Amino acid sequence: MTDIIVTNLEIVPGREIIKHLGIVQGNTVRAKHVGRDIMAGFKNIVGGELRGYTELLTEAREEATQRMMGEALDKGANAVVNVRFSTSSITAGASELYAYGTAVVVE
Amino acid sequence: MSGFLFGGLLLIIGIIFGARNERKHFAQIERDEAELSDIKVFNIKTLPDNLEKGGALVSGNVVIAIDYFKVFISGFIMLFGGQMTAYEKMMERARREALIRMRRQARDLGADAIYNTRIEFSAVGEGSNKTGGAELLAYGTAVRYS
Repeated sequence: MTDIIVTNLEIVPGREIIKHLGIVQGNTVRAKHVGRDIMAGFKNIVGGELRGYTELLTEAREEATQRMMGEALDKGANAVVNVRFSTSSITAGASELYAYGTAVVVE
Repeated sequence: MSGFLFGGLLLIIGIIFGARNERKHFAQIERDEAELSDIKVFNIKTLPDNLEKGGALVSGNVVIAIDYFKVFISGFIMLFGGQMTAYEKMMERARREALIRMRRQARDLGADAIYNTRIEFSAVGEGSNKTGGAELLAYGTAVRYS
């Protein structure tokens, strides 16, 4: 999966897009875990970075991106352009991480 | 009564450590920004011609919360309205930190500029227990001039 180019530009620098394959997407819903939540509770008293949450969201976003790239590969693409991320809280303890973009074939 | 004392204790811890953490973090941000000044960040999409082929998505994120004391004070400000400096500072810290992490990732890839940078916010863990923070995500396309 390393040879697929992912970019949030509308083009791939130095390459020409020869085919559009439509939108590809990946999502994941993650709940925070109790241990992390307790630590975050402590951190809320003194302020500062909630490292557990940062890691959780990084991992989750990575997962969403991987799924998007997987879908692009299945379509026969070698690049995904105009990638956007979005996050939505579904319930109090869970967030959905969503990545979407346009799968293309570049020369 | 004990609940009141406990609340007071949390406030004092918040005042002392919150302010200290914030100062330290801002100092760290200044240092990191100076160190990463060779990586340019743009939010435009149009690229110059002298680029190498390819480009890669880079991102940086951070979840930051403010301390208990500031949450308490902000509660009062909300009665009258007005500027909430505590939250402004929190957002500034988070945004600058996210940009730093994105730039660091770009540098690890050997890039020297990031185009089409987007910054996105989401609230994290706004539960009943109020262990809430703000997540700031910065992402863009890292490129190298040839």
